[in-house]
Amino acid sequence: MGQADLTMEGHSPGLMTGPPFAIPTKKLAMWLFIIADTMTFSACLVAYGFLRNATPDWPRPFHGMVNVALMTFILLTSSLTMFLGVRAAKAGDKAGALRWTMITALAGIGFAFLHIREWLGLISEGMTLFKNPWGTGLFGSAFFSVTGLHITHVIAGVIALIVVGMRYKGGRYNADDIEIVGLYWHFVDLVWMFVVPFVYLLNLAH
Amino acid sequence: MHDMSAHAVSHHAPPQGFIRKHIFSLDHKVIGKQYYGLALVAVFVGMVLSWIMRLHLGWTNLAIPGLHLLSKNGAPGNLMTPEYYLQLMTMHGTIMVFFVLTTAPFAAFGNFFLPIQVGAEDMPFPRFNMMSFWVTFLAFVVLISSFFVGDGPTLGGWTQYAPLSAVGAVSGPGQGLGVILWATSIALFCVGQLLGALNFITTTLDLRVKGMSLMRLPLTAWAWFITSCMGLTAFAVLMPACILLILDQVAGTSFFVPSNLVINDQLQPHSGGSTLLWQHLFWFFGHPEVYIAIVPGMGIVSHVLITNMRRPLLSHRVMIGCMGAIAVLSYMVYGHHMFVSGMNPFSSLAFSFPTLVITIPATIIVLMWIGSLYGSKLRINAASLFALGFVSMFVSGGVSGFFLAQPSIDIMLHATYFVVGHFHMVMAVAAIFGIFAGTYFWFPKMTGRMMNETLGKVHFWLSFVGTYCIFMPFHYLGIAANVRRYQAFVDDYLQPLIPVHRFITVAAIITGVAQFIFLYNLIHSRFLGKLAPDNPWEATSLEWSTPTPPPFDNFGGKHPVVYHDPYQYGVTSSTGDYVMQASPEQVVSEHDEK
Repeated sequence: MGQADLTMEGHSPGLMTGPPFAIPTKKLAMWLFIIADTMTFSACLVAYGFLRNATPDWPRPFHGMVNVALMTFILLTSSLTMFLGVRAAKAGDKAGALRWTMITALAGIGFAFLHIREWLGLISEGMTLFKNPWGTGLFGSAFFSVTGLHITHVIAGVIALIVVGMRYKGGRYNADDIEIVGLYWHFVDLVWMFVVPFVYLLNLAH
Repeated sequence: MHDMSAHAVSHHAPPQGFIRKHIFSLDHKVIGKQYYGLALVAVFVGMVLSWIMRLHLGWTNLAIPGLHLLSKNGAPGNLMTPEYYLQLMTMHGTIMVFFVLTTAPFAAFGNFFLPIQVGAEDMPFPRFNMMSFWVTFLAFVVLISSFFVGDGPTLGGWTQYAPLSAVGAVSGPGQGLGVILWATSIALFCVGQLLGALNFITTTLDLRVKGMSLMRLPLTAWAWFITSCMGLTAFAVLMPACILLILDQVAGTSFFVPSNLVINDQLQPHSGGSTLLWQHLFWFFGHPEVYIAIVPGMGIVSHVLITNMRRPLLSHRVMIGCMGAIAVLSYMVYGHHMFVSGMNPFSSLAFSFPTLVITIPATIIVLMWIGSLYGSKLRINAASLFALGFVSMFVSGGVSGFFLAQPSIDIMLHATYFVVGHFHMVMAVAAIFGIFAGTYFWFPKMTGRMMNETLGKVHFWLSFVGTYCIFMPFHYLGIAANVRRYQAFVDDYLQPLIPVHRFITVAAIITGVAQFIFLYNLIHSRFLGKLAPDNPWEATSLEWSTPTPPPFDNFGGKHPVVYHDPYQYGVTSSTGDYVMQASPEQVVSEHDEK
């Protein structure tokens, strides 16, 4: 990480003492955003847990976990490809970094495809935001809200990966920007690791 | 959407056109003034609403001329309906808490002075900063628009308790579209606060000039930094809560609507949700929010008092530590709003204990102000008077907090005027006094002109005495079991209290009229005030090292270097009894000489 990364563009380098934790401002902003977003996801998951605990006839409609396991596998793998992309970018391998970033975006699209297919399947079984054939309507409310918030993040992440990748290719962005979008991507992946046990595994049929 | 890098700063040249310069400006100073202007509009709207409510409470059958122009259904023949009283009350609370108490001390002053106090040219993400203001502005427009559409604004109170907020129009006027607009407005406001908090925190951590270590930051910068840490996490919880509320309203979900709920003789089609869930989500935001409103005031008051008493506080570090402790504890105490909500009674104890603990840092802060004031030769001016007023309000309102923190007493006092008096003094008026102190203190730097001190002092005394006349009787009313949110007092035990209400109404109107002295002073001084020198208060922090008003890039293309702690007063130097942070001069303290 060069000295130029430590100072903001437009602020004369050398006069700044440098950020205290040697973390560039954009990266710090991403970490802060992740903190805020963690609170948002926590609020949704806590709300879900609160309602689930308070409801005696909470349905457990999921029979298999093939689909969710596949989705999880794809998303976890995409974190690995993201890591490889960041490593390539740090090593100055532009082509490699771009390739891995785009593979990550493709994995995100695959995840979103599987997820939307699952949504459509549940909808065709009669599940909506406010009712479902298995029990309290809250199940659909909670399921669609929590996974909906997550898939919004995945889709936004795919768009961000493509935009950052293209600008990196064009020379406007550097390796740090790949790393920053990578932070976001790992965060989305990490949130999924909470969604799977709480929303899927806890609701597996006996 | 989440791509921060797309908005990163690139050095921006001074804008040329009117729109870029004054409307969609990227300059943190202009954005700070815009926030101040928004808060100023909002506070007068909120104040007029409180006048109308007070008139109605004092003289229930009084026709208020022109009121039917605001709402035909709410005030037929200029006579307020009970529902319309609640609608005005809701809007008063929402406007004041969000668009005044959060906006002015934090977003307005913070935007203007935080970058200057750390020595930066601007915030690191000026586009986010501009968006943060305009999203907040949009939120205000959406909120105000609810006066004019459908059957008026929501009547649910600023806390918007479920289930009445979640079932739609069946629960009263404004409970359909009004609630949707309210929740949309607040969700937008959360976005604005998030963008603001990102900028504030990165500015504080990353943009400090050479020599400006964290402990050399002025207390205002610390207060804004701590507040933005709270804002970053608290508003991120309120936003999904508002979205879930909107879903309950428009998408048929029932997050906050319990089963078998009958409202106005109609069985509600929703089922299964929890009313308590809304309270948990709301107060997890709501309690940090009151500290978001008051902590910037603590910073401003410390800054103003230190400058005027010409000595630092007893301990800079303890002050910072106490503000930080308040921020952390503020998340653990939120349940004290819910003692009588039907929570498990054991959890009352769990929330009561940290509530009493949080009074410890608050008390240390007060003792630090008083201990530092003791024996000092305080320079009396409008700013320092309002700072003293803040301390007075904070103590007077805070003392009743000890009562409310205990579940056994709170069961009696909950939802009475005692609570209303408590939070108006400790949080609302105290924060407003902080805003006034900041305004009188920083106006010269913000506009290049001095405010009229005599008018400022008159404004102070009328506001100070007036506020006590309004809110002290609230405590008495509360102990007499006067329930809050009643639009008229028809019960036998409440009728003898009506004269007290009339006294409060008269006091409120006089105090409110006194605020026009401030408004006149503000506008008159802006254009015709005496030209301000660069450092009229002989203060030390970096904002006083810049020209008045500061140029576009704050320091005229140079970067200051910081040599000292922020409050070098009571020393011997070439300029007098103080050494500025950016002055390389050696500090010789008076104590050293003795």
